[in-house]
Amino acid sequence: MVQKPGPTPREAPNVGLFVTCLVDTMRPSIGFAAITLLEAAGCRVEAPLDQTCCGQPALNAGDRDGAAQVARRTIALLEPFDAVVVPSGSCAATIKIHYPELFHDDPAWKARAEALGARTYELLSYLADQRGWLPDQVALGATATYHDSCSGLRELGVHAQPRRLLAAVEGLALRPLAGSDTCCGFGGTFCVKYPAISNAIVGEKAGHVEATGAELLLGGDLGCLMNMAGKLHRTGSGVRAFHTAEILAGMGTGPAIGELP
Amino acid sequence: MSARRSFDARVRDALADPHLKIAIERTTGNARTKRAAAILSWPSYPAVRDLARDIKDHVIANLDHYLVQFERNALASGAQVHWARTGQEACAIVVDICRKAGVRSATRAKSMLGEEIGLPHALADAGIERVETDLAEHIIQLAGDPPSHIVWPALHKTREQVRALFLARHHDPGALETVEAMVASARRELRARFQAADAGISGANFLIADTGAICTVTNEGNAELTTTLPRIHIVTAGIEKLVPSTAHAMALLRPLVRSATGAELTQYTTFHCGPKRAGDRDGPDAFHIVLVDGGRTRMLDEGLAEMLRCLRCGACLNHCVVYRHIGGHAYGGTYPGPMGSVLTPIFDGLPQTRDLAQACTLNGQCQEVCPVAIPLPTLLRGWRDRSWREGLEPATVRWAVRAWRFVALRPALFRLVNSVAVRAMPLFARGGWIRRMPLAGGWTDHRDLPRPAARTFMAQYRSQRP
Repeated sequence: MVQKPGPTPREAPNVGLFVTCLVDTMRPSIGFAAITLLEAAGCRVEAPLDQTCCGQPALNAGDRDGAAQVARRTIALLEPFDAVVVPSGSCAATIKIHYPELFHDDPAWKARAEALGARTYELLSYLADQRGWLPDQVALGATATYHDSCSGLRELGVHAQPRRLLAAVEGLALRPLAGSDTCCGFGGTFCVKYPAISNAIVGEKAGHVEATGAELLLGGDLGCLMNMAGKLHRTGSGVRAFHTAEILAGMGTGPAIGELP
Repeated sequence: MSARRSFDARVRDALADPHLKIAIERTTGNARTKRAAAILSWPSYPAVRDLARDIKDHVIANLDHYLVQFERNALASGAQVHWARTGQEACAIVVDICRKAGVRSATRAKSMLGEEIGLPHALADAGIERVETDLAEHIIQLAGDPPSHIVWPALHKTREQVRALFLARHHDPGALETVEAMVASARRELRARFQAADAGISGANFLIADTGAICTVTNEGNAELTTTLPRIHIVTAGIEKLVPSTAHAMALLRPLVRSATGAELTQYTTFHCGPKRAGDRDGPDAFHIVLVDGGRTRMLDEGLAEMLRCLRCGACLNHCVVYRHIGGHAYGGTYPGPMGSVLTPIFDGLPQTRDLAQACTLNGQCQEVCPVAIPLPTLLRGWRDRSWREGLEPATVRWAVRAWRFVALRPALFRLVNSVAVRAMPLFARGGWIRRMPLAGGWTDHRDLPRPAARTFMAQYRSQRP
């Protein structure tokens, strides 16, 4: 079980959960884990129904106008919240870092983007840094290794927080991963635009994951996790992959990525 | 290497080469380990990096001042200074100097600028014998390859391949059973040619404005033999190599060498100031410096000023997951890796090189290890933006992004599309995984795709809410 809320409801921040397209379609359990964790950390959580995508497909393709159109609607949708929390480093960094860059020539929207960016967080770092929350009475007897997804690591400084949170899970032993800070080869649309290069990169990554001997592969970005888990499964590996939020929310005994309920 | 072949074809060749990955990993893995150790034991590195960045930015903002100052001081030292707007002009100047002086054979110390401006071809066309004296350049000259890394140009060759090459091409190779024996054979091959050369051609790591000197950093001593033995020394250097003073060069040298090899200093750090003076024991009779723009002032105009900070250390190549798998030749330009992907469109045009900025995961490690903090991912994004604006992206990509945008701007449609997708995808699943699915070959050719949940998060969340 996870810790009960500490602060009184009056102090509880209104958190807008931006679930991300991949979590919405591929693994909703991560979204529900995020709600459980945020509530345990004393937040009131709402996932606004009209959210869509953060805009990365356009942003990374160079379609700045398209990205800005999507950004304007996402900003307007999320502005009412005290904080916006995203269970993905790359989608959080898009809102926090890249939205303001889209409005060079538009001071009014730039100001709104910056204001929203200032209170937008990646889930695990929000729990650890902003809420000072640690899991309590969460247990999982397993060995695991952790991959640092690049956007979270380099754009948002997410590195110590997930390890601190996971260290508080009883029975979970973390094993170091060689090259844990090296890209897994996902890169959003990169992995399907340049599949041969992506395959070479994730092949090497899968080898490093296997070499840890850990039972579980954990991370904070579903895209990277799907890439690595998909490669591990294709190569016959038994390593099972979870989003860290699922482990922290006590879902680590349930189905891993690619397992049927 | 043919620039006309597509990026995809070059990548295919690179990934199919069983030796390439081994060769790349030996050198770059070693470089990464040594750099990491050097930075870890250097507490002032963050401050040094800021200083290095600030020095370069200051020079780039005041190029006009320092160029004039450098020229004045170089002339005063007895050097002859030439200005070249383009690489072709620079080559023509070098060839002209050689012709007027009756040069038949020229030794070269490794210079990426020389490669950038096409100097090897220009010398060949002019009938001037070119002798590459850097060991790695010697290897690729024998093999007829272009460089594949800016610090280790023959990095794509394993030592086993180099041994076979030397056995076939050296006059007196012997058995070549050790690396030392291979180096000794190259030494024997090159020694007489050092002595016979009429001209030596080098690049410059720094152009020092307040003295008019140029500085080269090398590890083999070949640059010293190239620049002091022949009667003429010709330097070709990009105008961004300027620094205000020797002290500034030193401030840049420290992060440059540690970022490149992890060493504190290169074996040789040589300052060349003017030709041989009366009473000097050695040195060239004539000392020419060719200052090359070659697109650099255009980079200032096109939002790429930060790229002019580049010290050519190669750290971004060594840490790039894409470079480490495809190697330098697949990039198709003079400069590979992240820095090359920013530079090559300037030299070769974006329409021919649009893949370079796209074939990047934007993971940011290049910027993290850059000793002058060049925001490489941001600059690569800049090329992506321009490629989109100029309509260079393939129709399929444009169509897909536009369709995505149409859906992303309409929440009800977005929910519908996602709900349909999660219903359709399981048709292709066996158990929890999808091994093949139409339109998803980019993913499923190489890895399995997890079966999506039966209902989207939004559908479940909506039905749970009171």
